[in-house]
Amino acid sequence: MTVSETTMNQPVQPLQPIQAVPMLSVRGLQKIYKVPGGEVEAVRDLTFDLAEGELVCLVGPSGSGKTTLLKCISGLMEQTSGTVELNGSKVTGPPKSMAVVFQEYGRSLFPWMTVRANVELPLKNQKVPKAERAALVDAALKSVGLDHVPKSYPWQLSGGMQQRVAIARAVAYRPQVLLMDEPFAAVDAQTRADLEDLIRTIWKQLGVTILFVTHDIDESVYLGERVIVLSSSPTVVQEDLKIDLPAERDQLNTRALPRFMELRSHVYAEIQRAKLGPVTEQITAQRKASLK
Amino acid sequence: MSPLKRIAYFFGLPILLIALWYALSFGSTNFFVPKPIELAQTLWTTWIGERFVDDVLPSLGRLAVGLFFAIGLGIVLGLLIGSTRWLRNLLEPLLEFFRAIPPPVLVPLLMLLIGVNDSMKVAVIISGAIWPVLLNTVEGVRAVDSVLSDSCRSYGIRGFARIRYFVLPAVTPQIMAGVRQSLSIGLILMVISEMFASSSGLGFTIVQFQRNFAIPEMWSGIVVLGLIGLGLAIIFQFVERRVLHWYHGLKEITHDS
Ligand SMILES: Nc1ncnc2c1ncn2[C@@H]1O[C@H](COP(=O)(O)OP(=O)(O)OP(=O)(O)O)[C@@H](O)[C@H]1O
Ligand SMILES: [Mg+2]
Repeated sequence: MTVSETTMNQPVQPLQPIQAVPMLSVRGLQKIYKVPGGEVEAVRDLTFDLAEGELVCLVGPSGSGKTTLLKCISGLMEQTSGTVELNGSKVTGPPKSMAVVFQEYGRSLFPWMTVRANVELPLKNQKVPKAERAALVDAALKSVGLDHVPKSYPWQLSGGMQQRVAIARAVAYRPQVLLMDEPFAAVDAQTRADLEDLIRTIWKQLGVTILFVTHDIDESVYLGERVIVLSSSPTVVQEDLKIDLPAERDQLNTRALPRFMELRSHVYAEIQRAKLGPVTEQITAQRKASLK
Repeated sequence: MSPLKRIAYFFGLPILLIALWYALSFGSTNFFVPKPIELAQTLWTTWIGERFVDDVLPSLGRLAVGLFFAIGLGIVLGLLIGSTRWLRNLLEPLLEFFRAIPPPVLVPLLMLLIGVNDSMKVAVIISGAIWPVLLNTVEGVRAVDSVLSDSCRSYGIRGFARIRYFVLPAVTPQIMAGVRQSLSIGLILMVISEMFASSSGLGFTIVQFQRNFAIPEMWSGIVVLGLIGLGLAIIFQFVERRVLHWYHGLKEITHDS
């Protein structure tokens, strides 16, 4: 027992470069829902990698299977084919080192627990010692700017604050990978801007790998180091775009940069193309051909 | 509402009704119609003292034990059945069938099976009072929020921890709604179980009074039952406020917006 443990704790292959195994690797992912009277192919074929410490945004039109993809990645749902690997090992159920922030903040916090208890629960469940737990919870609440309401209940807070609690819960859990499914879709513009900056701050502080799903193009360009554009259903990766904006981002200045405009226009055009879908493209191509 | 106002609301109608009753029964000579002052006197002389120890306390004891097991078993079995799909599909029609049987008809059966004793009376109470809690719990477990459930799964909250921190609190509103029904069913069955082949208890004594034409005493027994029901309701409200304060707060907010 002890022998195998020590061997397991040693680096697996010291000679291999660290970058060789991506933090998160999605290969040929397909998901077909079985519905009464047929099947719905939500995701056709998705392949992409996330390196350790990356912040990647995933944009796609509504119904393009973003939630489906996140559920498969987080092990909450089984894919029809393809694989998801976390740190080189296959994901078959919810992995310990992953946290998910859901879109429905109103339904992802326990209404019978205080803010503090909500953030603490996953740690308690992992049997983290009390003192350490308290420190982690305090730090997490502080990092999202909610250290003044630990005794409140989630339903006493505004939507943006509730989502911050959900983020604090994920942060306190110290995941290696953080998945976020349109977390700010239902909050007002000002709160949203604040929360976007919060995500970048947390990302820099923790060095966590983040996959951030959104349907907001500006948000994806502002937040991400990379943007993956999904096509509409049946979904494939339309484009994988590097965002070469300065690391220090700022709601006013970054959004006013010419490069920001260029990138967002580019993503916008891609999404439009994605919405038209491959079929329409074929038709336009045929029309062009027949015009000649 | 100020406490004074609340007390006024609580006692207002009862006092009014008693006054009305007093006025209407003032000149009455009908033997079967009780009068307020007489009844209060009878209540005191009949039930305080020996009879309280011999009849009321044993009844209350059996009621308490019966309700305790009905609620406890209802919750435990409900959680088990509700969270196991095949068990739920298998048992649900059967449970509805048992729930549909009026529990008093079980009294003769249980008398034969268990005998005429305290266990039989407790069993009667359990057999009737368990259903609202059990079925409500099953229904509640089935309807737990899918996003909360996914949150639990993604944070590795499984097994007993999932029940304790998620499922049980989530179904508490349904459980409490079931408990409320169980309390009144339990009280009814307490009385009925004592009316058959019994030699003590509230139900027995009331029937005894009625057979001996001790009409004021009979009425006073009914008042005692009413007071027990009221006591149960007050205890229930007290507990419910404590356990479900989050639920009421949440509801208030969602109704406002
Ligand atoms: N449980 C399900 N059963 C059957 N079909 C489903 C299910 N969930 C999603 N779908 C279908 O799969 C497709 C993708 O849904 P999904 O929710 O993943 O999209 P999305 O990109 O997250 O959309 P949105 O931006 O609106 O959140 C849709 O056509 C949807 O109808
Ligand atoms: Mg979605």
